[in-house]
Amino acid sequence: MWLSLRVAVISTAAALVMGLWLAWTLANREFRGKEILDAAVTLPLVLPPTVLGYYLLVLLGRNSPVGQLYEWLFGGPLVFTWQAAVVAALFHSTPLLVKSARAAFESVDRSYERAARNLGASEMRLFLRVTLPLTRRTILAAAALAFARSLGDFGVTLMIAGNIPGRTQTVAIAIYDAVEAGKGNVALVLVLILSGVSLLVLSVANRLTTNPFGPRQTAI
Amino acid sequence: MIRARIRKNFAAGAESAGFALDVEFEAEKGITVLFGPSGAGKTLTLDCIAGFVRPDEGRILVDDEILYDGAAGVHLAPRARHCGYVFQNYALFPHMTLRKNLEFAAARIPRLERHRKISEILEKFHLSDVSGRRPHELSGGQKQRCSIARALIREPRLLLLDEPARGLDAPLRAELYAILRQVRVEFGIPVLLVTHDSGECFELGDEMIVLRDGRVVQSGTPRNIFEQPANIEIARLLGLFNLLPVEVRALDPGRNTSRLRYEDFELTGPYFPGRLIGDHAWLCIRPDQLSAKPRNGRAGFNEIPAALVRVVEKPERLRLEFSGEIAVELERRQFESYSNVKDWVIEFPQTGLRIL
Repeated sequence: MWLSLRVAVISTAAALVMGLWLAWTLANREFRGKEILDAAVTLPLVLPPTVLGYYLLVLLGRNSPVGQLYEWLFGGPLVFTWQAAVVAALFHSTPLLVKSARAAFESVDRSYERAARNLGASEMRLFLRVTLPLTRRTILAAAALAFARSLGDFGVTLMIAGNIPGRTQTVAIAIYDAVEAGKGNVALVLVLILSGVSLLVLSVANRLTTNPFGPRQTAI
Repeated sequence: MIRARIRKNFAAGAESAGFALDVEFEAEKGITVLFGPSGAGKTLTLDCIAGFVRPDEGRILVDDEILYDGAAGVHLAPRARHCGYVFQNYALFPHMTLRKNLEFAAARIPRLERHRKISEILEKFHLSDVSGRRPHELSGGQKQRCSIARALIREPRLLLLDEPARGLDAPLRAELYAILRQVRVEFGIPVLLVTHDSGECFELGDEMIVLRDGRVVQSGTPRNIFEQPANIEIARLLGLFNLLPVEVRALDPGRNTSRLRYEDFELTGPYFPGRLIGDHAWLCIRPDQLSAKPRNGRAGFNEIPAALVRVVEKPERLRLEFSGEIAVELERRQFESYSNVKDWVIEFPQTGLRIL
């Protein structure tokens, strides 16, 4: 369970950085192939986990340049470690984040962005001081969703991180194992825990999105 | 001062007609009003100057600094242009207090001076008491003042205002005009103001530029334009005139007279240089230049009979609307004893007649 949480937390953090950057680029820049990039980012939502896992295996495996670079840097292969589970969860959850963040960024009234640029703000300052605060709730809700999705990933993790008890065995995989081994009680407990945590996270996400943004109370 | 020559084409899309902006103008310090109907390209012109929209070609200079030059490929980012911009919806950041909004704008100014400047400008715009509030807790007038203060705190070289009086009621409008006059005096920079309200041009404008369909159709002082609209289109846009189709029947340069035919009536006016007998033109005359009286027998010299259609109350005078779409403005007391008379004659002054 702790392994699952750790994987989910780290991958959500990474998904936030990567996802927000991608979403910002998609929402603000005009370039050729923009919609293709958006589609590519969304692909993991619709592809079967095995396909995604296969791509990642090829991309990050011990024979691939990326895999070799990782081995050279950290002295061990990436695949079949808990770090690989993070990568799996990352690819599984980023699309959700990018989708909602892009929509959120694009929903911000353009005149705020124009005003910020007109008042001498750099793009970074515009993002940190104007766009992000204005979309904070949606982004947090999207992060919560991404977190829940990271937590629940099964297929991709199995493909590239494997099923090594104590090292790469996340809750979702442990449940599969327990059922296979006929340990119904263990499976039930794990199922309940995972459902409970996910429910909690999703209800937080819902609260964030249903609370209307806009007129908020001031401190005074 | 600002000098601009801007061209921008938008191809026609599936649901939109194409549009071509092609304007050239100069504005000195003082208030220059960009006047025109909606869709004339007024806001687009501002957006090109502020750098939100990149023109296709042309050149924009402010105080000899090039903001845009199509031929040289110069297109400064909006943040490098130092143009104050007051947005139609104010665009105050909703998650920041009023003071924070000003701080955001003044970020480049050293800290101590920034603090002093913000306090100073808050004071000047009567906002000190509400500086800790967020925009949604402010009244329309306070938001308006804050957006102008925010645009001015960076000491821009140019102030752009996009229909600032839109949606304001009369007292707020008067307050806005007072602020803008103050800005004109204290900041000494060119102010470009977009409006489609001809009264506003007269009230505020030192200079006036009339835009229509993406082109400058006339420019000059508001007084000049109101007295001498260059053509019938502009007279229509200003919406202040009686416009009657007439035919030139006689021209006499020696006695400085002319005769015009309007429907079945003959009117005598001054000599119109450059016109020929038989020309069809528009007689253009303001309602307050005409006078009207109850009809008594035949219409006299330069008078035409007309039936009163409706009386419109104005703050100081009455506007009488007659058949043939002629309006006359009268003092209230000139009308009071004749309020049930239907048949009138309208008298045209001989010297004030102008044709377009």
